[in-house]
Amino acid sequence: MADIFDIYLLEAIISGLLFGGVLALLALGLNLVFGVIDVVWICYAEMIMLGMYAMYYLFAVYHLPFVIAAVISVAGIGVLGVLLHIVVIQPLLDAAPINQLLATGGVLFFMQSAATVVFGIDFRNLGIRLPVLAIGELPISYARLLAFGVALVCMVAVYLFLAKTYIGTAIRAIAQDRHIMPLMGVDNRRVYLVTSAVGGGLAGLAACLLVLQYDVHPFIGLSFGPLIFMVCVLGGLGNMIGGFIASFIFAEIISVGGLYLDLEWGYVFAFCFFIAMMFARPQGLLARRS
Amino acid sequence: MARILPWIIGAALVVLPFIYHSPYPLHIMVLVLLWSFVYTSWSVMGRFGLVSLGHGGFMGVGAYGTALLWNHLGLSPWLGIPIAVAAAVLLALVVAYPCFRFRITGHYFALVTLALSAIVLQVITATRDLTGGSLGYTPERVRGGSSLLAFQFTDKETWYLIALAVWMGGLWVRHAVDKSMLRYALEAIAEDEDAAAAAGVHVTWEKLKITVLSAAMTGLAGALYCQYQMFISPDTVSGISVSLQMVFAVVVGGLYVLMGPTIGAIITILLAEVLRIGFGTGAIGFDNLIYGALLVIFIIFLPYGIVGSIQARFAGVRS
Repeated sequence: MADIFDIYLLEAIISGLLFGGVLALLALGLNLVFGVIDVVWICYAEMIMLGMYAMYYLFAVYHLPFVIAAVISVAGIGVLGVLLHIVVIQPLLDAAPINQLLATGGVLFFMQSAATVVFGIDFRNLGIRLPVLAIGELPISYARLLAFGVALVCMVAVYLFLAKTYIGTAIRAIAQDRHIMPLMGVDNRRVYLVTSAVGGGLAGLAACLLVLQYDVHPFIGLSFGPLIFMVCVLGGLGNMIGGFIASFIFAEIISVGGLYLDLEWGYVFAFCFFIAMMFARPQGLLARRS
Repeated sequence: MARILPWIIGAALVVLPFIYHSPYPLHIMVLVLLWSFVYTSWSVMGRFGLVSLGHGGFMGVGAYGTALLWNHLGLSPWLGIPIAVAAAVLLALVVAYPCFRFRITGHYFALVTLALSAIVLQVITATRDLTGGSLGYTPERVRGGSSLLAFQFTDKETWYLIALAVWMGGLWVRHAVDKSMLRYALEAIAEDEDAAAAAGVHVTWEKLKITVLSAAMTGLAGALYCQYQMFISPDTVSGISVSLQMVFAVVVGGLYVLMGPTIGAIITILLAEVLRIGFGTGAIGFDNLIYGALLVIFIIFLPYGIVGSIQARFAGVRS
């Protein structure tokens, strides 16, 4: 009895670890956008949803090779990020932060219902099943392993982009002080556009990985959207390392908590933990409070 | 004229169900009044910069609390509603007190309260043996359909009067807050918390008062909505969609004016009904598509909402 129990626990921990990697990727784009532009894209999960639809249509309907479909999806959602910035965020850059949050909330509604109108409410999937890897008695989903691997590679890539390139340096500088940098000759507008494109692109990439594991439907954003925000807030909005750590904590709580009760309880535990942590460690948050 | 106009409209609204009995328009009016009350409840605290996305949670607790107490313990809603409202208030206190104590404001307050409505939604879904989960939940009907003890009425006229009463009550509460010292304290806090605290305002306490008031009203609204519709599901009374819907309607109507939330409710519900009748099931999603676009447009171009902007145009101040 004890043996069986332990193998389930181990499985839950590993699946939590893999889920954490994906969550970290999801949080990365949002964190980047927040850290640089100081705006929360409430519609972020819906952009991922649209990316998943793009993958579905390109791969399953138009039969493009997976990699090409993925590249087009990533680019498409990147462009969507730029559009979101130009159309919605730019006019509101000087408005109260809460107005920016609510405006992207409107975009959330818009994207969700646009998807309902255009794609219908059916669940769709790519129709490919990746094999399940068996290590000893442990079944590990290949799709999750792939997502985890790509997520890690992306995080390193984003780090290198920020640390090594000229525009990356400008982005970091803007994130540190958005008022001084324009005086130093940095083009704010351009940095914001690049950031929005990268943020959108990361959402598109997350979509390519998620569509391997989950069916896509117009409301899928609501199922992991709140989770992404909580991961980002817990790690400190804009703090990518914090978001990375928070992703794994959250994923483990959900996975292990869901093992003993239903999966929903895993989420409940994670959300309660989030609220408790907001009170226990508000320092990281206070530092960035304007 | 301007002083007696509200009284004339109020009297006309009270008399209406006695001379007009068409069920469908009455049903729409009950919905408009109930949702107007919900939106007014949200705006009571929302207008002071306390943007909560957790009100879906309070509404869910009010609705499910009342229904669960009735079905499982046979407790009359006359007792069940106060208990459910108290539960919503307790939930508000548990989350809001630390928020205010540790000065979590703006984005962070919105996101913490967002977590709250997500928790309520997940708990309702997770306890599906008790609550029916995402399939929804129905309070048991009494024999004969109507019963004062069970707070169930089959005729629309009774519900219209109940909804009218709570809606007027909601407006009165908001008006009373407008006239009270609490308003000045909260406006000062919204401007600058530190300055308000330095001027002797007890920041945590004042914010807590308005939050408790708003949560209690929202919980009551949830309970009444449940008793009227006799069916609730996690998606219609709790969760993030409902919370965002509240914010949306209030922003469209006008956050800073008394009738703003009501106008917002009229616009959103009529729009949804017109689309539903005009396009039938083909319109699924259309209403939210228009809401979403409107919300963005309003926040960019008309941040004071329809009523607020019209008023500002007439008064020639703060546009």
